[in-house]
Amino acid sequence: MKGMKKVVGRPKYLKDVPNHYCPGCGHSIIHRLLAEVIEELDIRDRAICIPPCGCAVLAYLYIDVDMVEAAHGRGTAVATGMKRCLPDRVVFTYQGDGDLAAIGTAELIHAANRGESITTIFVNNGVYGMTGGQMAPTTMVGQKTTTTPQGRNSVTDGPPLKMCEFLSTLDGTAFLARTSVHSPKNIQKTKKAIRQAFQTQLNDEGFSMVEILSQCPSNWKLSAVDSCRWIEEGMIPQFPLGIVKQRETEPS
Amino acid sequence: MKKNEKVMLRGSEAIGEAALRAGCRCYFGYPITPQNELPEYMSRRMAELPGRTFVQSESELAAINMVYGASASGTRVMTSSSSPGVSLMQEGISYLAACEFPSVIVNIIRGGPGLGNIAPAQSDYFQATRGGGHGDYRCIVLAPAYLQEAVDLTYRAFDLADEYRIPVIVIGDGMMGQMMEPVVLPEYREDLPKKDWAITGAGKGPSRFIRSLLLDVHVEEAHNWKLYRKYQRIERREPQWESYATEDADMVVVAYGTAARIAKGAVRRLRDKGMKVGLFRPITLWPFPSKALARLAESVGKFLVFEMSMGQMVEDVKLALNGKAEVDLYGRPGGVVVTPVELSRILSRRYNAMQHEA
Repeated sequence: MKGMKKVVGRPKYLKDVPNHYCPGCGHSIIHRLLAEVIEELDIRDRAICIPPCGCAVLAYLYIDVDMVEAAHGRGTAVATGMKRCLPDRVVFTYQGDGDLAAIGTAELIHAANRGESITTIFVNNGVYGMTGGQMAPTTMVGQKTTTTPQGRNSVTDGPPLKMCEFLSTLDGTAFLARTSVHSPKNIQKTKKAIRQAFQTQLNDEGFSMVEILSQCPSNWKLSAVDSCRWIEEGMIPQFPLGIVKQRETEPS
Repeated sequence: MKKNEKVMLRGSEAIGEAALRAGCRCYFGYPITPQNELPEYMSRRMAELPGRTFVQSESELAAINMVYGASASGTRVMTSSSSPGVSLMQEGISYLAACEFPSVIVNIIRGGPGLGNIAPAQSDYFQATRGGGHGDYRCIVLAPAYLQEAVDLTYRAFDLADEYRIPVIVIGDGMMGQMMEPVVLPEYREDLPKKDWAITGAGKGPSRFIRSLLLDVHVEEAHNWKLYRKYQRIERREPQWESYATEDADMVVVAYGTAARIAKGAVRRLRDKGMKVGLFRPITLWPFPSKALARLAESVGKFLVFEMSMGQMVEDVKLALNGKAEVDLYGRPGGVVVTPVELSRILSRRYNAMQHEA
C-alpha cells in the first residue's frame, strides 16, 4: 500500500503451507526462526538439516533446505557422517528431548566431545510429544505425564537432565545456550542464539547447541497461554536461560 | 607396487585395501575381535591417502548411522564389525535399506549366540540373508572363500551398492581375517558413478529430502513394491556360485566361505579314492544361486549341506531344490572348525550309505 513499509512477512525459506503442529506449539515458532536465520546468514544453498523422530519429523515440509531423516536418537551420528564428507556445508540436527537426551545421549555426547562442526537445535518441552505425552528425560519432578500419572518421582525416575550444563564440561563444545520461545522477548533471544550457533559452525569452532524450552499445550493439557506460564514458572527455575558456554576464540 | 603384482596380505588388510581402491572415502567403526586389524589398517591407510575420513565411533549403533550420513551425501563408505556388533547395526541397516543408501558392511562372524567366542563361525547367515533389522528388505550378501576373492568381492561390493542403491554385506570369519595369502590388488578407482539423488545442500535448486517415514499406507506400499522389484532384478542378475567336480557327481556338498575351503579339501580326498562327490559353493548368499543349484539336481540325487551353524543355509538349499533331491545337513556350531580329514570321513560315510541304499 502506498506510503506503507513492509516490516514483517513470511521468511523466504519457510514454505507457504499449513503446518501440522498443534495450536500453541513451539515448533512452528522455532521453524520460523531457523528459516529467518538461514536467510540472514545466506546459507540456504549449503544447509542440510537432519530432522528427528518426533513431531518435527516432517520439518522438510516446512523449512526449505535439504534434509535427511534420521532414526530416533541418531541425528548427531548421521550429522557426523554427513559433515565429514561435506565439510563446507552447514549441517544441523533438530532433536527433541527424548531423541537427544534419552535414546540418543551417547551419539550426542561423543559428537560434542569430538568437537564435530555441527549445530544441534534441541527442542525441550519435557514430554514425548508425538507418542502422546510420556515422561521425557527433561520432565520436571512432580510433573504428570501419561507414564508418571502421580507425577515424576525423582527417587524412582531420577531428576530432569540438564543437557547444556552437562555438555559444557566437554572440550569439544564451543557454543551452548538455553533459550525459550514462550514470550516475544525470549523468541528474539532464541533467534540470536541460533544465529550464534550457526556462526560457530561457520567459523569451524566446534560443536554448538541451542536448547530451546518450548510449549506443548496438547500433552501438558494446558491452554496456549497457560503453557507459556508453565515455562516461566515451572521450567525456567530448573532450566536457567542464557549462554551456558561460549568458547573464547583467538582474535584473528 | 607393479601392476598385477602378487602381494602377501592378511585377510583383514586385503579387504581394507580393496575397499580403499574401490573408492571408499570413509570408514566408521567400533573395535571388536576378531576384526580389529581392519579398522586399524583403515586408520593408518586413510591418514596416508588424500580426502579420506576415519572415525572410531562410540558404538556400532553410531558407526552405522555415520555410514548413513556419509552415504546420504553420495560418498562411498564402509564399516566393519563382528557378530554382536553387527546385531547392534541392524536398526541402521534397516534404515539404509529403506532410504536406499549404498553402503558396505563387513561382518567377520564369530561364534554365538550372545558374546560367544572369537572363533570362526557362520551362525549369522540368517541375520545377513533374512534382514536382521525390521521391515521387508534385503541386503546383497557376498561370501568369499579365498583372499583373492575377498579382494575382488569387496571391490565389487561398492559397485553393487551404488548400482542398486542397497547395503551390501561381505561376510567372513576370523580364519579369513587372520590368514595370509598372495593377492593381486585392483587399481584405484577414479571414475566413481555420479549420484544425482545425494543430499548435498540445495544450492540454487529446490530443496530435497530423503526419508523412510511414509505415513500414507499407499505410499508405503508403493515404496515397498519399488524395493521388491529391485530385489527381483538383483535375484535375476546377480547370483554367483562355484561348481567344483559336479559334472559326474552322485553327491554334492553345498558349503560357502571357510566351510567351502574345508569341503573342497575333503572332496579332493574322496575323489582320489574314486568317490563321485562334488562341491557347490554359493558366492552370493543373497541372492542365493537357487536356479543353478536346482539345475544340478537334474543329475544329482543327494546334497549334503556343510555349514558352521546348525541349519541355516540348509533352508535355502531346500527351498531351491523344492523336493527334487535329498538334502542332508552336517553342521558344526559354536566356532568349531572341522578339518578336511574329519569332514572327508563324514562325507565318505554318507556317500557309502547312499550307495548302499541304491
